[in-house]
Amino acid sequence: MRKYILLRCFYSIITLWLLVTIIFAMVRLTGDPVKMKGDVGADKAYLERIRHDWGLDQPLYRQYTSYIGNLLLGDFGHSFEKSLPVRTIYLERLPNSLKLGLAAFVISMVLGVPLGMLSALRVNTWWDNVGKTIALLGLSMPGFFVGLVLIIVFGVQLGWLPVLGKGTSAFIWSNPSTWVPFWFKDWSHLAMPAFALGWYFSGAMLRITRSGMLDVLGSDYIKLVRLKGVPEQVVIAKHALKNSLIPVLTLAGLNLLVMVNVAVVIEVIFNWPGVGQLLYDGLSNRDFPMVQGVVLMSGLMIVLLNFVIDVLYGFVDPRIRLSR
Amino acid sequence: MPPLLHVKDLKTHYFGFQGARVVKAVDGITFSLEAGETFGLVGESGCGKTTTCLSIVHLLPPSARIVSGRVELAGEDLVSKSQREMQMVRGRQIATILQDPMASLDPLFSIYNQVAEPAYYHLALRGSKLRHRVKELLAAVRIPSPEARMKEFPHQMSGGMRQRIVGAVAQAGGPRIIIADEPTTNLDVTIQLQYLNLLKDLQRASSVALIFVTHNLGIVAKMCDKVAVMYAGKIVEMQSVRGLFYHPKHPYTRALLDSIPKLGTKEPLFGIPGQPPDLADLPTGCSFHPRCQHAIDRCRSQEPREQSIGNGGTARCWLASQEIAR
Amino acid sequence: MATITRRMPLIIGVSQAVRRSSDVARETPFIPLLILTLLAFLAVFAPVIAPHSALDPVKPMREQCLAKYGIAACPYVDNVPPFWAREGTVHTPLGTDFLGRDVLSRLMYGARISLVVALTGTLVAGVIGTLLGVLAGYLGRWWDHIIMRITDAWLTMPSLVFAILLSSVRGPGLWNIVVILALVFWSRYARVARGEVLAIRERDFVKLAEINGVSKLRIVFRHIVPNVINTVMVVFSLQVGVAVIIEASLSFLGVGVPPPEPSWGLMMAQERESLMEGRWWLAVFPGICITMLVLSANMLGDWLRVRLDPQLRNR
Repeated sequence: MRKYILLRCFYSIITLWLLVTIIFAMVRLTGDPVKMKGDVGADKAYLERIRHDWGLDQPLYRQYTSYIGNLLLGDFGHSFEKSLPVRTIYLERLPNSLKLGLAAFVISMVLGVPLGMLSALRVNTWWDNVGKTIALLGLSMPGFFVGLVLIIVFGVQLGWLPVLGKGTSAFIWSNPSTWVPFWFKDWSHLAMPAFALGWYFSGAMLRITRSGMLDVLGSDYIKLVRLKGVPEQVVIAKHALKNSLIPVLTLAGLNLLVMVNVAVVIEVIFNWPGVGQLLYDGLSNRDFPMVQGVVLMSGLMIVLLNFVIDVLYGFVDPRIRLSR
Repeated sequence: MPPLLHVKDLKTHYFGFQGARVVKAVDGITFSLEAGETFGLVGESGCGKTTTCLSIVHLLPPSARIVSGRVELAGEDLVSKSQREMQMVRGRQIATILQDPMASLDPLFSIYNQVAEPAYYHLALRGSKLRHRVKELLAAVRIPSPEARMKEFPHQMSGGMRQRIVGAVAQAGGPRIIIADEPTTNLDVTIQLQYLNLLKDLQRASSVALIFVTHNLGIVAKMCDKVAVMYAGKIVEMQSVRGLFYHPKHPYTRALLDSIPKLGTKEPLFGIPGQPPDLADLPTGCSFHPRCQHAIDRCRSQEPREQSIGNGGTARCWLASQEIAR
Repeated sequence: MATITRRMPLIIGVSQAVRRSSDVARETPFIPLLILTLLAFLAVFAPVIAPHSALDPVKPMREQCLAKYGIAACPYVDNVPPFWAREGTVHTPLGTDFLGRDVLSRLMYGARISLVVALTGTLVAGVIGTLLGVLAGYLGRWWDHIIMRITDAWLTMPSLVFAILLSSVRGPGLWNIVVILALVFWSRYARVARGEVLAIRERDFVKLAEINGVSKLRIVFRHIVPNVINTVMVVFSLQVGVAVIIEASLSFLGVGVPPPEPSWGLMMAQERESLMEGRWWLAVFPGICITMLVLSANMLGDWLRVRLDPQLRNR
């Protein structure tokens, strides 16, 4: 187990390094970080000054070393507009995104996994077709479309749910008394964005659960359990479920990361003050360091989360847990 | 007194492509099994041996159906039972050992958990009584230090050990019949003999009846009292082991015996020419006739009936019938 | 399961026949092909079929100007509802947007954008990714390690976020989006292609060619690539849907295809305020179009996947 964790750790570090290098390379090679300002018609002298401020006139390798150096020190850049380090703003907004992401994750699991299991258990019947259709629809409707439809129906026409913002609760790092209540308040604000975000992934979850379950149900050991005369409910609830949930959970965890994607647009539509909206703000304000900084921090979060999931997986699967 | 198990004219077909293609995996099998007897079921891959076993315990894949016939366990027909009723038969009356020890055990549950399951559900054992029984079972299959092994997981055991554990699982419910579907095929040759001896000892101790499915005639010679040879879904010959080996009546049986390589001679290896038939597209008449050296005209047009050949044996062959008639 | 009684053969026969015919019908993916053909048709012939221009406001009719502004002529009438609403007209069947442009025409031209961007972007990504994946799989050793580590790291990056970053340095524009899509998605192909190559490389016919001294390059192109193409095609068809959504999302956020081009995503973004004021159709119609396109692409991809892997047929 220990070796497994160490290996995963090493692998994560390599991935992280590659990631930041790729970001560096792509930004420098495919375009011009100053372009955003340039588009709005800033004059050449101004652009030159920014270029100098950001160190873009230095030779590439120098830029790279200072880039990596900054990152190692935890400096992810300074927002041009807000004159604050990106890291600070990001961390301030992070709990909001997490709240949204977790709610969406729960929704996608609650919708997707049971339906996926039902599909697998009643494979090729009417239930299965319903399940497969729902999955297909989920994967085909873009999250922001679902969000807009929800706003139209529940927000504007019916007026049941508040449309914008996250409500008044806030997670303030410096104020521990806000740490716990934050997660439990203002659910009415959370309902629509979380559903819009989770909708796509419930489709993915349904499929993954279904095919994982089908694999397990066709296996030899399930056959043997049935041959032992174990009651069918136990075969499914005890053996089939546990064996199919492990790959489902790992993939679910990875999906959580992809959710970060769609979250950007959802946050913009619902005016949810998370890190996705931060990215959008950066775009609107032509604030390139903000954009790059948010991307870097997101990358860090993802690698970290991947690592945590790998470790958790190691605990659940006895084949890894009991190895050295 | 009725035999312990009596399979009468069992027919199980697989329906593929929405019924357009029917594979007659088991096409009229009849045999019976007495308590304590070891019955061998021999044949090439794909001849229907496994389907027969699954049909007996009524655990077929969705595309297969028992089309007709009876499977009588001490007089009671199993084919007409519901799945819920069969759950009480499986594991409790009839247990099964599968071929691949690596795939047979659930990787996420401990050995104790898996061996205890049949005893838990069929014998309603709990707590320390259950523990005791599991320990007994593991000891009976000669697993060293069963106490420690119980807590471990399948991936920590070798193939031979796992197959022995599967044997313990089979015994756990106290069954009257154990169906072993090619249990030694995936084991190392050196382990095979140990395992077979183990099965024989277990049988002697609990007088359980054994249906042993294999394609290896050597194992049949060692283990079985009675043996049936299957070809293309039918039993083509059934005799006591001595009878089969010394007086085979069906050309297929003779060919199988001839194809066993003999030590000490440099004779060329003998193989049966041709391929086993497609079970969805069987030849007319006797299914074996395209590969049979002694086929006569009647073999090509008429399917042979099961012919009794004395001492309770049967054979499906026109030549054998002719012999009897003389 | 009881044995079959005498009554059943007739029922089985009939139901089998029905099932068989409906299954043949079910086998070919009619619906997605129909939708895709329709959209392709609209895209190609938009200049001919579209009732109005996509970029200029519709010349309004007298009654409309009178009704709205009280004068006989006006440059445009904005936010006309669809024809089934009270103020709607068949002249502009789906209404007009906030600048008085015909929604239906814009949707048709929008099909062009979505299809061109998604298909080209995915294609370029596919070519690059497959080549790299095949190289990694076939050359093995160092190449494999390096390319795969980079691919894995690339895959960790969420596509939309990465796309946003790239578009912020490249600037808006249709072909920029294509480049961005290629850069973001190649890694998916590489991973899959490499897996296939590794599986095929060990097969006998490849080993035979190697033993016979056929050059490595020839082996790659004649034996390995055709086998890999199958799996890659499946990935391609499923990726097209994703590409459409990413393009729409980028346009929605304002960093995709720039106005006044009628990208569906952009149309949805521009109408967000209208949404609040009750004019839901302006945002919903483009969304439905996107959904239709992605749905058909996904259905087609699923069909391909089942077709190419017989083991999945019974799933």
